[in-house]
Amino acid sequence: MFLRMLVKAAMLRRGRAMSALLAMIVASAVSTAMLNLYADLQAKLRREFRNYGANIAVIAKDGSSLGSDALPKAESALGGLGLAVPFAYVVARTSEGKSVVVAGTDMQQARKLNSWWSVTEWPAASNDALVGVRASDVVGPEGKPFTLSFQERAIQVKPVGKLRTGGSEDSRVYIGLDDFEKWTKLQASTIEITMSGSSEKISAMTARLTQAIPEADVRPIRQVMEAEARVLDKTRATLFAAAALIILTSALCVLATLMGWVFDRRRDFAIMKALGGSARLINGFFAAEAIALGGAGAVIGFAAGLGLAAWIGRVNFHASVVPRFGVFPVVLAGCVAVALISAALPINLLRRIQPAIILRGE
Amino acid sequence: MFLRLVYESFRRQKRRKLLAGVAIALGVAVATAMIAVATDIGDKINREMRTYRANLLVTPQEDTLDLEIGGVNLKPPSDGAFLNEADLPKIRGTFWRHNIVGFTPMLPAAVRVEGESREVTLRGTYFSKVIRFGKEDFTTGVRSTHGWWKVDGSWPNDESQEVLVGQRLATELGKKAGGSIRIGGEEHRISGVLSSGDVEENEIIAPIAVAQRALGKPGAVRRVYVSAMTKPEDALARRDPKTMNPELFDRWYCSPYVQSIAYQLQEAIPHSHAEQIRQVEQTEGTVLSKIKGLMLLVTLAALMASALAVSAAMATTIFERRGEVGLMKALGGGNSAIAFLFFTEAALLAIIGGAVGYAAGIVLARRIGLAIFNSQIEVQPVLFPVILAIAVMVTFAGSAAAIRRAVLFDPVYALRGEA
Repeated sequence: MFLRMLVKAAMLRRGRAMSALLAMIVASAVSTAMLNLYADLQAKLRREFRNYGANIAVIAKDGSSLGSDALPKAESALGGLGLAVPFAYVVARTSEGKSVVVAGTDMQQARKLNSWWSVTEWPAASNDALVGVRASDVVGPEGKPFTLSFQERAIQVKPVGKLRTGGSEDSRVYIGLDDFEKWTKLQASTIEITMSGSSEKISAMTARLTQAIPEADVRPIRQVMEAEARVLDKTRATLFAAAALIILTSALCVLATLMGWVFDRRRDFAIMKALGGSARLINGFFAAEAIALGGAGAVIGFAAGLGLAAWIGRVNFHASVVPRFGVFPVVLAGCVAVALISAALPINLLRRIQPAIILRGE
Repeated sequence: MFLRLVYESFRRQKRRKLLAGVAIALGVAVATAMIAVATDIGDKINREMRTYRANLLVTPQEDTLDLEIGGVNLKPPSDGAFLNEADLPKIRGTFWRHNIVGFTPMLPAAVRVEGESREVTLRGTYFSKVIRFGKEDFTTGVRSTHGWWKVDGSWPNDESQEVLVGQRLATELGKKAGGSIRIGGEEHRISGVLSSGDVEENEIIAPIAVAQRALGKPGAVRRVYVSAMTKPEDALARRDPKTMNPELFDRWYCSPYVQSIAYQLQEAIPHSHAEQIRQVEQTEGTVLSKIKGLMLLVTLAALMASALAVSAAMATTIFERRGEVGLMKALGGGNSAIAFLFFTEAALLAIIGGAVGYAAGIVLARRIGLAIFNSQIEVQPVLFPVILAIAVMVTFAGSAAAIRRAVLFDPVYALRGEA
């Protein structure tokens, strides 16, 4: 009987019930999408920030070289959570006797690490070099092989690409690390590391790296980390304000619609009362109705909201937003609470009025 | 008669009209605030990042190659070319001067600290110097371009002999803030200890005049970091200005691209070369565009939610007035006349609610701006007609279905109160 009343009530006034349900669905969909975006924003923006390049530097103390086992040690400490790229530097002389900084690195890895470098062509073969725009004036015209010497040993390299960064890299010549080691008999002096994560995670990793490679200075690159933290904080705060406003608006909208709906059914209420329904039964009936509506709206809206969040992620970040099912209980509780409040307010008003007056239509 | 109907409807149904009006005002306020925040957030975050880190570097054109490894320059400090400090205020005279948040000159010099055998780098710079160009005063220096520098103690005054000592160097020398250090026969008070997480921690940082004196080159500057708010680059930005026709060149010159600002800096400072710092400029450009895109999409969601709120409120108010419609129809009112009456009421509500909501939205946007960015977010006045038009449209759309149903309903049932 109770169930039948619930179903019939919804079926007979399909239009009104549908519009109430629709309001509920839209509200819960928008709330779900906002909460999902808010929870995922940090991960998404951190990924964008990783284009900054390294955020931890491992530097040999007093300008010496790191041991040959430093890179494997750093990589095992990282455990696949980031990228470690070795760099080695010397000051070499050109055939005209001018000084230039020559750097050796793993080209493939450096390319991944420093996506902000503007490079005409990355070297692939051995003895190919990447020449900074300012260094290219010193080593000679582009395309022509040139000789570099360091401690009486010479190497001939072919410039294949030009590098432009606006920083000190512009004054350097980059060659493969293998060529560099064969030529200078020196090993990498710096390992640049990029990893995603909160500043606590990065501090923990810095401590682990210090322990793994005690002969080196490990330090987080603060200008990168702090800029990142600042932008993240501000963006999260803004999105939070936006989410709060949107959720509040849609909750108020649902409240208004549902209150109108319940108020409209004062005749049902009056008839039930006139036929001898107890206050508990009638309250239970309207409460059950509100819970059913809130629950249905929450479930459908949650699915739609996940879709909305995924779409925003795809359009804006080119990666879908991970659905967070932990949001669901929150949305469900919110929907049911709003539905219950919007049922309770008009019922409370109606309870004080005689059913006869309501039925007479006054 | 028609006007009286509308007037009486507002006078007698104050509560109902107020509810609908509040719903509209709320929706419009949220929409206004969100649009304002979304259009301004790019600028706000850009400014935030620019006061934190410079994105342009000006060096002497004829400079010899840098021999820099791990931030330590191995080139003899007196080697190479210099810029003239007297030219720097001209940066404030360039076309995009209002986009330039700050600039900082740097001049390294190798000095001997008394009681130490090795040389240390003394870096001359501006801390928070007041520059005068024309009639305008402008404060600039590391405090507005190097936001990650932290000082334990106090910042030196640019006109004084005070210095900062880098954290590592301070530990090595056993110096503390408030102490003093003798450099090249001169006594300098240490006003603070600098931590930057970078090479500056091994250096002494001093007002630029101190470094110029140590180097014996008055008025010299090695490089200048410039922080400028820029527009993300596009195909036009990347083109070589030499290949442009005059009209295109004007357009390029008058857009705040990092390339055109660099070009103008080169014009302003003789014998200089200006280059964007790609690590900062390129990365932050993408991050900014992502944040802007996100806020735009979120604003769409906000508009949707408020449109829904408004139309739901309108539908409810009209639905509640079926009896009235029935009476009008029973008295011989035509369908179109009744619909017109309702639409007029809706439009009035939308305009009043929209205006109130717009005002509330301005307050809301300012509040958000102050709370998050410590600066106000201004709502563009152009938005007002747009917002009103949207409010009227949404109100009409929300009312249309309800009005149609109310008008088509048989007056007999409506008057008997059977829905």
